[in-house]
Amino acid sequence: MEPPAQFTSTNQPSATHSKLIVGWFSFTCSEDSTILFTELLNDHFDEWKKLVEFRYLKALKTRNSLEGLDVAFIEGAISSEKQAAEVKKIRDNAKYIVAVGACACTGMPSASRNDFTSEEVTGKIAWYMSRFDYSQKVRKLEDVIKVDDKVEGCPMNATTFIEVLGKYLKLFNIVT
Amino acid sequence: MHSQNITIDNITKVEGTAGLQVLVEDGSVADLEFIIKDYRRFYIEAVKNKPIMAVPSFLSRICGTCSVAHLFAALKAIEKSQGIEISDQTHALRRLAYDGLMIRDHTLHLYFFVLPDILGVDSIIDIPDDPENLGHILLHDSFDIKKVGTEITNVIIGAAIHAPLPRVGGFLKLPDPSRFPELVNKLEAIRPQVLRGIKTFFEWNENLTRNSDYLCIQNEGQYDFLEGDIINSTGKRVTIEQFHDFLKSVVIPYSQSEGYVFSDSHDDYLVGSLARLNFNKDLLNTRTKADAAPFLEVFPSNNVYHNNLAQAIEILQCVDDAIDILKSLQITQEKPLFSAPHAGVGVGVVEAPRGILYHLAKIDERGMIEDYDVIVPTSQNQINIENDLKKYFNENLDKGQDTLKLEAEKIIRAYDPCMSCATNFLKMDWIEK
Repeated sequence: MEPPAQFTSTNQPSATHSKLIVGWFSFTCSEDSTILFTELLNDHFDEWKKLVEFRYLKALKTRNSLEGLDVAFIEGAISSEKQAAEVKKIRDNAKYIVAVGACACTGMPSASRNDFTSEEVTGKIAWYMSRFDYSQKVRKLEDVIKVDDKVEGCPMNATTFIEVLGKYLKLFNIVT
Repeated sequence: MHSQNITIDNITKVEGTAGLQVLVEDGSVADLEFIIKDYRRFYIEAVKNKPIMAVPSFLSRICGTCSVAHLFAALKAIEKSQGIEISDQTHALRRLAYDGLMIRDHTLHLYFFVLPDILGVDSIIDIPDDPENLGHILLHDSFDIKKVGTEITNVIIGAAIHAPLPRVGGFLKLPDPSRFPELVNKLEAIRPQVLRGIKTFFEWNENLTRNSDYLCIQNEGQYDFLEGDIINSTGKRVTIEQFHDFLKSVVIPYSQSEGYVFSDSHDDYLVGSLARLNFNKDLLNTRTKADAAPFLEVFPSNNVYHNNLAQAIEILQCVDDAIDILKSLQITQEKPLFSAPHAGVGVGVVEAPRGILYHLAKIDERGMIEDYDVIVPTSQNQINIENDLKKYFNENLDKGQDTLKLEAEKIIRAYDPCMSCATNFLKMDWIEK
């Protein structure tokens, strides 16, 4: 498999890794793919613990770091400029980005408010949108950053996720 | 004046995103903000003018972990609005699927989020690989327990997350009863593991006690998450239709979620497993009551950490209840009950894993959603969480920041909050905090 074009001499897969360094992130969504991921741990925890270093996984860890991620799995749509800045920072720290689940891949259903008429954005909706830093439109992930792979589905398709993880384990020479 | 800020940007090992900001002045808490940060998706506005058949599935997307609770609350609200009385078989199948939800959801919270606190490690990932280590044993217990909960939902409603088979009036497809004996065997197999978990959470010697009020569903006939009236600590009992008037929503300017207090006293209250065990422990399954007897003696309890123990006992309740249903249920082929849609209003209330969940559906004469409201448990617990944290900080300010932050996260985790759910709001009158 050829490394993607965005690879430079400093961020190519390293043969020195003993584990794939992974981050898992959630933005605007129901976190159903995170829940499905915890379901996959029922069968894969012992195997993945040997192969993967979960360097950022807020759902399961308090001590997290963005530094030096091989692959970042990102769930959820982007609702604000603050969230956009966060995913750009993740992009800067990760060699590959995988969009996970329907909201990250398509924006929907979290982007439902994009279809609201001005008459519908009144009362409490208007209050919350002005009180906090909501962007005018909710965006899917690749509207904000470059995405290398997608695991579609609501929640994500578990088989596809395992295939994509396996692809990166091979790409980074963690497994042959 | 001496002042100190204590900040947790991201509370970990919870569902969704939340933070904590504490301002300490002259040795006491001057301000404390529990900040729910998930952005709102405005689903209750998005469902307007959608056909009622499409709404339960859409609203299950409010939450990943308790999607079945939102699905069933929406089904109940719409069925009520249409005057549909579901069959006894549909009641039993929904109850069985709900047992599966509770087994999986409580196990995720207790073992993946809370167990590291008991073991003094950051994460389940840090639990030793030694098969003799208690943490290792408990973690692998949790995999087995969760799998059985998930399998029940897979067999009965098609999936654990955003289940495709339940629909207004019944089921699109009925389960294959030949799978039931195998499920019974698996449930019996995990019972000793569930009991080991109950003992672990019983022996965890943490305490934060504050006199709080409680609110939950009570069905006088059985321990029930789906049917009953709503009761509180003063013995007041209201129907689910009256629940709306029982509460007052409070806008919390720094939080994406609003809070709730009682409409008359403006007091805070707690919903969830602790409330359910405090009020309903005598209604538990006979087998559960027998095997969990020593652990049930702590209830009623005002110690918020006992919400964890209450969840562990509810896992056993759901295991035993599911066994009873699976052994007795005969599947009869039947179609979903439904007639031409008409205008109406319906309320659906269930006990989600984290507490009372309220859906209200107003339908127009075309069978489209005219208006919709949702009240979720984490929003109801939000003010209670803040008041518990104020008590904790005021009594422990002599401790270092690292300890204070760790303990604050443990208290928040005891509530099992879900921020994805919490960013739905009720369009009733509100008051400013």
